[in-house]
Amino acid sequence: MSAIQMHSAAAARQVATKLVVENVCMTFGRNGRAVNVLEDISLTVREGEFLCLLGPSGCGKSTLLNIVAGFIKQTSGSVLVDGQQVTKPDPRRIFVFQERGVFPWLTVEGNIGFGLRHLSREDREQRVAYYVNLVGLQGFEKAYPHELSGGMKQRVEVARAFAVDPDVLFLDEPFGALDSITRLQLRRELLRIWETEKKTILFVTHDIDESVQLADRVVVMSARPARLQRLVEIDIPHPRDISSHQYLSFRDSIFDQLGLAHKV
Amino acid sequence: MKRAEPYLYPLAATIAVLAIWHAAVVWSGTRVFPAPKDVLMGMNELLQKGLMLSYIGDSLRRVSAGYIMAVGTGIPLGLAIGWFPPLAAMINPVIQMLRPISPLAWTPLAVIWFGVSEAAPIFLIYLSALFTITVATAAGVRGVPGMYWQAGRNFGLSSAGVLFRILLPSTMPQMIVGLRVALGVAWIVVVAAEMIAVNSGLGYLIIDSRNAGKRYDLVVAGMLLIGTIGLCLDIAFRRLEKLRNIRWGFQNE
Repeated sequence: MSAIQMHSAAAARQVATKLVVENVCMTFGRNGRAVNVLEDISLTVREGEFLCLLGPSGCGKSTLLNIVAGFIKQTSGSVLVDGQQVTKPDPRRIFVFQERGVFPWLTVEGNIGFGLRHLSREDREQRVAYYVNLVGLQGFEKAYPHELSGGMKQRVEVARAFAVDPDVLFLDEPFGALDSITRLQLRRELLRIWETEKKTILFVTHDIDESVQLADRVVVMSARPARLQRLVEIDIPHPRDISSHQYLSFRDSIFDQLGLAHKV
Repeated sequence: MKRAEPYLYPLAATIAVLAIWHAAVVWSGTRVFPAPKDVLMGMNELLQKGLMLSYIGDSLRRVSAGYIMAVGTGIPLGLAIGWFPPLAAMINPVIQMLRPISPLAWTPLAVIWFGVSEAAPIFLIYLSALFTITVATAAGVRGVPGMYWQAGRNFGLSSAGVLFRILLPSTMPQMIVGLRVALGVAWIVVVAAEMIAVNSGLGYLIIDSRNAGKRYDLVVAGMLLIGTIGLCLDIAFRRLEKLRNIRWGFQNE
């Protein structure tokens, strides 16, 4: 698909722009040497879109996500959300780590309600109960994270993020530490939640299948210094049949793009 | 029967030790070292005279005073050191240099500063607990995973919010270990401190019983009381580690 076709597809949808990354460069000083991590990254994220940043491990996609979230300051370039410069983290945009980001000293309820202190007790309890339900953790409200499995902890973290009703979610390889069965399950659940809650999601992964299963668009990044290699619009409706010809051709084209063989 | 099981082995071991002790005293024919029944009678004597409870009370009061002051300064100091690396760079060398000095080495200075009074042993206890608590707290703060800080900022917490909702709870398990060790040290030190500066308490009991009439039954009685109380303090502290919102820090995942 050509760039022009993609633009026209975007225009046809008439979707508002949520987040703009403009010419972002990032250089780290390491052992007295400057290391280029990101090189002139520009991209646009639409309102309500599920966008995957896909690239080899260590390519700098997590760095990009941290910059967009306001945790790291880029060397040059700018990040705009709703036309406003991003300078620091903001509760309207929540970052989801791997499952280790849950607070071990709080129960499931305590974690999910963490960002809801400003609400009245009643409202907070109602909201927490809603999100406990949404991620399927009924019966575990009073459990502590160390009493839960990895997949359940990840659910807690996702629920904690959604509970504060953010506009944007940043997910940094959230399912990377899970076994493959749990991972598939959680992908399906994340899509279900995304479809009901209509949030903009930026999802970092190094898993090609994961990106093609989840995303509206996949941003393929090169090895370090990371550049945007290609933007792939995955126009297959959910739920996606992962043995369909359409799915496989998207997947294979990205495999090709990253220079990987199809045979092991 | 099942419920009694955890107490069965310690009880059996205690009885065995008492039996061996008794046999050893009888067999060797020593006139200096008391048999268990002598010690028991000595304890009874202390109880009758009203000394036992008042001495225990005095020792515990001194430990509490010094320890609470150490908690009150050590935790804030540790948090500050852990939170602000420049502060750690300044204060850490001082702490690391003072820490290996036995609190008892401060005794002469304590006596000069505070005279022969309650304040001297309390000061020694304070010192003995302070460094342990400070170092454990600071190490706990430095060990807080970056993700928790990040999440705290992301959810828009103020500095106070970060302190009370992220730092304190996530440092708590390590802090409690430091507090427990510090209490043990404080209890060791109170006995030694009471041998010098005051005329009551369990440490005084030991030194006084020896000096005034070589009452070794009372010396051993004092030792056993000290050990038993130390054990109780430790058991009480271990219960804290079992609290559900703290237990996570003591499990290997």
